[in-house]
Amino acid sequence: MYDLIIIGAGPAGITASVYAARKRLNFLVITLDIGGQAAWSGDIENYTGYQFITGPDLASKFESHMRQYNFDMKENEEVLDIVRMDGYFKVKTHKSEYEAKAVIVASGKVSRELGVPGEKEFKHKGLSYCATCDGPLFNNKDVAVVGGGNSALDAALQMIRIARRVYMININPSLGGDTILREKVERDSKVTVLNNTRTTAILGDKMITGIKILRADKEDDLAVQGVFVEIGLIPNSGFAKGVEKNKYGEIIVNCRNETNIPGLFAAGDVTDVHEKQIVIAAGEGSKAALSAFKYLNQRR
Amino acid sequence: MEKKVTVYSTPTCPFCIRVKQFLKENNIRFEDIDVSADSEKADEMIKKSGQMGVPVIEIEGDIVVGFDKDKIKESLGI
Repeated sequence: MYDLIIIGAGPAGITASVYAARKRLNFLVITLDIGGQAAWSGDIENYTGYQFITGPDLASKFESHMRQYNFDMKENEEVLDIVRMDGYFKVKTHKSEYEAKAVIVASGKVSRELGVPGEKEFKHKGLSYCATCDGPLFNNKDVAVVGGGNSALDAALQMIRIARRVYMININPSLGGDTILREKVERDSKVTVLNNTRTTAILGDKMITGIKILRADKEDDLAVQGVFVEIGLIPNSGFAKGVEKNKYGEIIVNCRNETNIPGLFAAGDVTDVHEKQIVIAAGEGSKAALSAFKYLNQRR
Repeated sequence: MEKKVTVYSTPTCPFCIRVKQFLKENNIRFEDIDVSADSEKADEMIKKSGQMGVPVIEIEGDIVVGFDKDKIKESLGI
C-alpha cells in the first residue's frame, strides 16, 4: 500500500509530487496526460521566474523537475472511482486498482462536451475541441464553431484565416465575450452568426458532413466539414463520488486543501479555489502535499 | 536498424510540440511535416489515419494518433 496517490499531473499534481518526493513519501501518480491545461496554453507571461514561456515548454520543465525524483507513475490511465475503505482508499482505474492511506485529487478541468448524438463518433473526424491544434486542416472548408464566449470567438477568429465560411452556433440571444473580439467576428464577411440556436446532432458518414440545428422550434441541417466545440470547461471530478462539491461540480476544499473526507485532499482547478491560474494551481498542489504529509504523520 | 519516423503536425498545436520534444529526448530522428502549410500532405495524413486530428506519428507504417507515449514507445521498441 502506498502512503499517497496523486490523481492528475498538471501544475497542481506535479507540484504535489515534487513536495511528496521531498518528504520521502511512498507515492503513486495516476494521470491521463502530463502538463494538464498548462500544456494547452499558448504564451504564458505570469508564471514567476519566466517573463515569457510557452505552455508546452513550461509543461516540459514541470515534467523534468518531477522526473528527477523516484516514484511510481501510471500514465494514460483514467481514474473511475475512489472507494473509502477502513483507514485507507482504493483508487480504481480503467486498467487496475491501487491502495493508499491518503489521496490528492488534482485532475483539473476538461472541455465541456455538447452531449449530442454523433459527438463521440466524429471526435477527430471533423469535430475538435482545439481550433489551435486542428484548425489548419480545414483549409477552404465550411466550419461551425459552437459557443458564444471568448474561447468560441477566439476559435472563430482563427478559422476566419483558414476556412471558407464560419458559422457561429450560439445558444444565447447574442454573443458574449469581450467586445473587441465580438466586433471583429461580427464584422467579418466570412462569418454567419446564428443566435438562439441549439446544436442537436453531429451528422456524417466517415467524416462530418453537417450538423443539425434547432432555431425557433424549427430543425435544419447545416452542411459543414468541421465543428469546433468551444462551450467552456468543467471540473474533472465525476470519479470522486462521495466528495462534497459546489454547484459547478468543483470539489470543496478548506485552506488546508482538505475535503469533507479525512485523508482525501484536492488541489488546483478541480477545486473551488478562488481564481484558476497556473501559479495558483502549483501553490495549491504544494499545500495539499504538505497537508497530506501531516495527516500521514499524525496517523503513525 | 533505424525506423523511419514521420510527424504530421501544425506549428500551434501543443501536443505536436510535446511529441517532437519526446522524440528528441529519446534521440529519435524524424521528418517533421507541417500540414498547415501543405494541404496535399494534410490529405495524405487524413487518408492514412482516417481522422483529422494532429499530431499523427507514422513509425515504419504504424500510425499513432495523438501524443500516446505508450504506443509510440511500443512501436519504436524503446
